[in-house]
Amino acid sequence: MWAVTLTVTAFMLAPMLLSILAGVVVNYSQGISSGFTTRWLLEVWTGYGNTVLMSLFIACACVVLALVLGVPCAYALARSRSAWARHFEELLTLPVAIPGLASALALLLAYGSVTYFRQSFAFILVGHVIFTLPFMVRMVGSAFRRQELVALEEAARSLGASFCQRFVGILVPAVLPAIVAACLMVFTLSVGEFNLTWMLHTPLTRTLPVGLADSYASMRLEIGSAYTIIFLIVILPVMWALQAIGHVIEKHYGK
Amino acid sequence: MENKSTSIDIRQCAKTYPDGTRGLQPTDLHVEPGEVLALLGPSGCGKTTLLRIIAGLESADAGSYIGFGSQDVTHMPIEQREVGMVFQHYALFPQMSVQANIGYGLRIRGASAEEQRRTVGELVDLVRLNGLEHKRPAELSGGQRQRVALARAVASKPRVLLLDEPLTALDAKLKETLRDELAQLLRQLRITAVHVTHDQQEAMAIADRMAVMKAGQILQIGDGESLYRNPSHPFVATFLGRVNQLERSADLLAHNQIMLGDVVLPCPDSCAGAAQVLLRPEDIEVCAAGTAGAVSCAVSRRVFLGDRVQLTLNVGGPNPLIADVGRDHAANAGDVVGIRIAPHHWMASRV
Repeated sequence: MWAVTLTVTAFMLAPMLLSILAGVVVNYSQGISSGFTTRWLLEVWTGYGNTVLMSLFIACACVVLALVLGVPCAYALARSRSAWARHFEELLTLPVAIPGLASALALLLAYGSVTYFRQSFAFILVGHVIFTLPFMVRMVGSAFRRQELVALEEAARSLGASFCQRFVGILVPAVLPAIVAACLMVFTLSVGEFNLTWMLHTPLTRTLPVGLADSYASMRLEIGSAYTIIFLIVILPVMWALQAIGHVIEKHYGK
Repeated sequence: MENKSTSIDIRQCAKTYPDGTRGLQPTDLHVEPGEVLALLGPSGCGKTTLLRIIAGLESADAGSYIGFGSQDVTHMPIEQREVGMVFQHYALFPQMSVQANIGYGLRIRGASAEEQRRTVGELVDLVRLNGLEHKRPAELSGGQRQRVALARAVASKPRVLLLDEPLTALDAKLKETLRDELAQLLRQLRITAVHVTHDQQEAMAIADRMAVMKAGQILQIGDGESLYRNPSHPFVATFLGRVNQLERSADLLAHNQIMLGDVVLPCPDSCAGAAQVLLRPEDIEVCAAGTAGAVSCAVSRRVFLGDRVQLTLNVGGPNPLIADVGRDHAANAGDVVGIRIAPHHWMASRV
């Protein structure tokens, strides 16, 4: 039992460790004997540093947009009794099933000619929102559908609360754990999204994964590996922080 | 706390669901200011529908009228009706403290901080939640949650208080204590209240009057005692307690008499014309066989129920009679006993 666990863990970790190692040795083909260096890391940072910031910025913007669009939409779908709401929700989930390349192509066909839009980060952001919105709507929507939430809303209404008052004061806090979990999901998906972004990017609008692909394709192996290290250094703390916030909120608002 | 109690007037209120089922037949109901009225009936009888229509959570069919005092509230949304509502599972706001829950309605209506503090303090005292003001609902017991729900509902001095099975979520023992507490609180607050329940004991303990409902209709309205003693419908009689139902032949009906075994007994004038008469088990006097004026019958079953003994008596008719006697009564299964019934105990059943 232990042997199996250890073997599987080692098998999974080995590529990651090797990749990290490759980023800090002077020459990968000669291995550790060639000595360690931070040269590759610095080179990546000077060459691709802006893609890291862009990815973080797009991920944050994507979370904000998914919240603003997704939470009210999830509520509307959860309370709607019409059959069209079900169809709409299925339609909303399509971008998850359809290959990102196809959604990207559709976006290019529709808006590719709007040069200003096409050349800005907003173009990539729109793609990310289309891809991540269903996760937000599904996760928050199922929380809104809980029976006790219907009663909470009726209680707030009986006490005179207007729609805005009860939506902000009662409903959102009651589904906050689900919202936080969905935000984490949207952030993670956006940061790692490659498929769609690769089709939508321009030389001036590149995100971290696109830069990573570029460096793998055109640079030394060590630079590509150093890029992976940068990715981990930047993304892991952010994800840990988000997860910690999620735990705190769950503890405070959960039952 | 002073309340601006109001009367409730319901005229020709009906509810038809989109699929065509009638949740509520056209109903008239009047509740006096400060009166506690119970809507009593089995599940699916329309009592909750009627309550939700009064609250404004459900819209009544066209032609219905709902008035609070002299104001027509038929088309007024619940947010403006100034009602307080206690829900079956309380629906307390989970992320808020006891204090914040109770003060929510005041906060929403923009009451001053001073007024909020004072009212919440008064209510915490009234429902004895002192020391728990900063707890969250999840940290409270069922009884405490129920009291928070009540305090929250009355905090903004509603015109009408609506209680939807407020004690159902509690266990039997606690229910009894809280029932009396709730009855006392409602009297103290002197608030017009409509209380939905399927428990006749709860309705009798809490309400001034009760309306017994069945299949979307109010069958009879009155105080507990008169409904128990003079039910106008066999359903009311059976729902409020157990009852023996006896049929009368045309001949007996013409003379307003009833036959038990081979003995013909007179019925009171109130039973004249009723083909079916009703008799409460506790109104049957079980005495020794052969007592003057007693009908003799055999005891086919004896069940000890703690505070009383229930006897099943075979009087020769198609249905046996059920009689309740004191727990020390000597009758045993197989014995032959005599029964006597004071004429005024017979109740008419008019359908």
